[in-house]
Amino acid sequence: MSRPVKKSNTTALEKTPTGINGFDEITNGGLPAGRPTLVCGEAGAGKTLFSIEFVVRGALQFKEPGIIMVFEEKAEDLEMNVASLGFNLKKLQKDGLLWIDHVHVNRSEIEETGMYDLDGLFIRLAHAIDSINAKRVMLDTIENLFGSFENEGILRSELRRLFSWLKDRGVTAIITAEKGVGMLTRHGLEEYVSDCVVQLEHRVENQISTRLLRVVKYRGSLHGTNEYPFLIDEDGISVLPVTSLQLEREVSSQRISCGIESLDTMLGGKGFFRGSSILISGTPGTGKTSIAAYFADASCRRKERCLYYAFEESPPQIIRNMQSINVDLKKHIESGMLQLISTRPTLYGLESHLVAIHKKVKQFKPRTVILDPITNLVSVASASEVKSMLMRLLDFLQAEGITVLFTALVFDKENALQADEGISSLVDAWIQVRDIEANGERNRGIYIMKSRGMNHSKQVREFVITSKGLELVDVYLGPDGILIGSARVAQELQEYTGKELRSYAASRKDQAIQRKKLVLEAKIASLKEEFESVQEELNKTFIEEQLKKEIIEKNRQELTKNRNSRISENGKNSKK
Amino acid sequence: MKKNGSESDLKRMSKPPPEFDLRLYITGATPNSVKAITNIRNICESYLKDRYALQIIDVYQNASLAQQEQIIALPLLIKKHPLPERKLIGDLSETEKVLNALGVEI
Repeated sequence: MSRPVKKSNTTALEKTPTGINGFDEITNGGLPAGRPTLVCGEAGAGKTLFSIEFVVRGALQFKEPGIIMVFEEKAEDLEMNVASLGFNLKKLQKDGLLWIDHVHVNRSEIEETGMYDLDGLFIRLAHAIDSINAKRVMLDTIENLFGSFENEGILRSELRRLFSWLKDRGVTAIITAEKGVGMLTRHGLEEYVSDCVVQLEHRVENQISTRLLRVVKYRGSLHGTNEYPFLIDEDGISVLPVTSLQLEREVSSQRISCGIESLDTMLGGKGFFRGSSILISGTPGTGKTSIAAYFADASCRRKERCLYYAFEESPPQIIRNMQSINVDLKKHIESGMLQLISTRPTLYGLESHLVAIHKKVKQFKPRTVILDPITNLVSVASASEVKSMLMRLLDFLQAEGITVLFTALVFDKENALQADEGISSLVDAWIQVRDIEANGERNRGIYIMKSRGMNHSKQVREFVITSKGLELVDVYLGPDGILIGSARVAQELQEYTGKELRSYAASRKDQAIQRKKLVLEAKIASLKEEFESVQEELNKTFIEEQLKKEIIEKNRQELTKNRNSRISENGKNSKK
Repeated sequence: MKKNGSESDLKRMSKPPPEFDLRLYITGATPNSVKAITNIRNICESYLKDRYALQIIDVYQNASLAQQEQIIALPLLIKKHPLPERKLIGDLSETEKVLNALGVEI
């Protein structure tokens, strides 16, 4: 159903919204305004509730007064039956928004004596419509009249007249009828009501019931032709409009953490895309639920509401178990960020689960949804049905921009790739947790099988669950293959010892060098000392020589001087 | 029950309560209504002369009556007395059936 068609449609045919969850969406607006609609189905299919909701919601939500004309239930019974839905019929009647008329015909009291008509019914209806200016009318189940009157010919022509009269009055009417053999209704009412026919069905397969609604006919309007599952609960009827996979949704490039830092690192360092779908598959006891709980915890920490569907464990059980790995879900439940819902898959049919989830999501408006595990749904339906249901669920959640995480249980290690309910091709990211058995112990390995739109790690990591939490550890890729668990720890120890020894040896060598250096340095120092003393000695002699030389020179000069003076004194003598 | 036929009031005042208390509900002047009135008058005059009180009520004039009296098919003849109460629908053209239902011996 594309948008332009819908638009031209609403202008062509005026519609009256029913106010029933989801129904107005599949009919693009509701029932044909001012025309009668036939609602048929087996006993207990929900016909009466459907029509009462139409009238009461019309009065409450759209302020359109309505008439309830019942041919089977007593007015008091009716009031009691719908009181559980929170509808106060008495008050509505007082406010002039509702008119209830209970038609009771006892055949044994009546004798037919010639020609008659059903003018009484017309008068009653006209009186009711005029009294409250009604826009909506329900007739439940008018077929009962067939049991009250002998002359079927008269009855048929009168009913035909009634429906065209209703049309003339311009009221939107719902006429309910029992399903007949090979026909939509037991008395062929569909011949007279030709504008819109809605069929309700209550199907039981493998002891599990599913309610289905189908718009058989809608003259002058496009409508969804599928069988839509619906649910009856304390809020009345909810129809699920999700049908086809629409691949037009907007995508977000925002990334969100999965709660485990080391796993985020594997996912390109930032975690998953917002609004993406994530599948975690693994053999029993590999910690799928723990990953899911971490994811929920991370979501709540970001102040994003999270809806957690548990198909295996009860909420207190999950809370207790997760406390053992240091995840406190209780606190998030109390703050209203997390809702833990436990249902057994067998509680109701697959489609009803879908409706229930759909409704809850609309109500709670979570940013993340967790289904743990989807594998259990197979106990209700076949794998292909589960796949189609999950496909529709994914479609719906992703259209809402909700990040969804599924866990899937895999029994057979060898066929681990197949046993994912076939949804691995639909999801954006697929993480597999696997048992790796070696050296007499079981360890967990975690792989990212795929993660669309990001450069993710292709390595296998060991997945360790401790009382402190979850952790991913690099595995050892040795000559003997992958080492995990205690083998990895042993290897780690061995490597550590080797490293220690090596570093000790290195430090000793360093010390030796240091020592040699010191010795050499000492030697150099002493040689230097020696040289200095020799140099000093040499210097000393040199200075002595110098001094000596100076003194000798001095003396000689002295002597020379002395001699010269004597000569001048005794010059005559000498010159003589 | 409202009595709006002055005819029956007069009868009741002048004579002891009649044996047959009959009420005929009709809808204006539709063919069936007209026929029913004619037929019941004939039957009463022929078989129940001076033993009956007949009230003719037009439901169109008093629409809320239809719900109170659980009226669906019209014309409707109700025999209020003698008990048990009986309801006859139709134009009352099948005289034998009418007499039988009223408990009148021919």
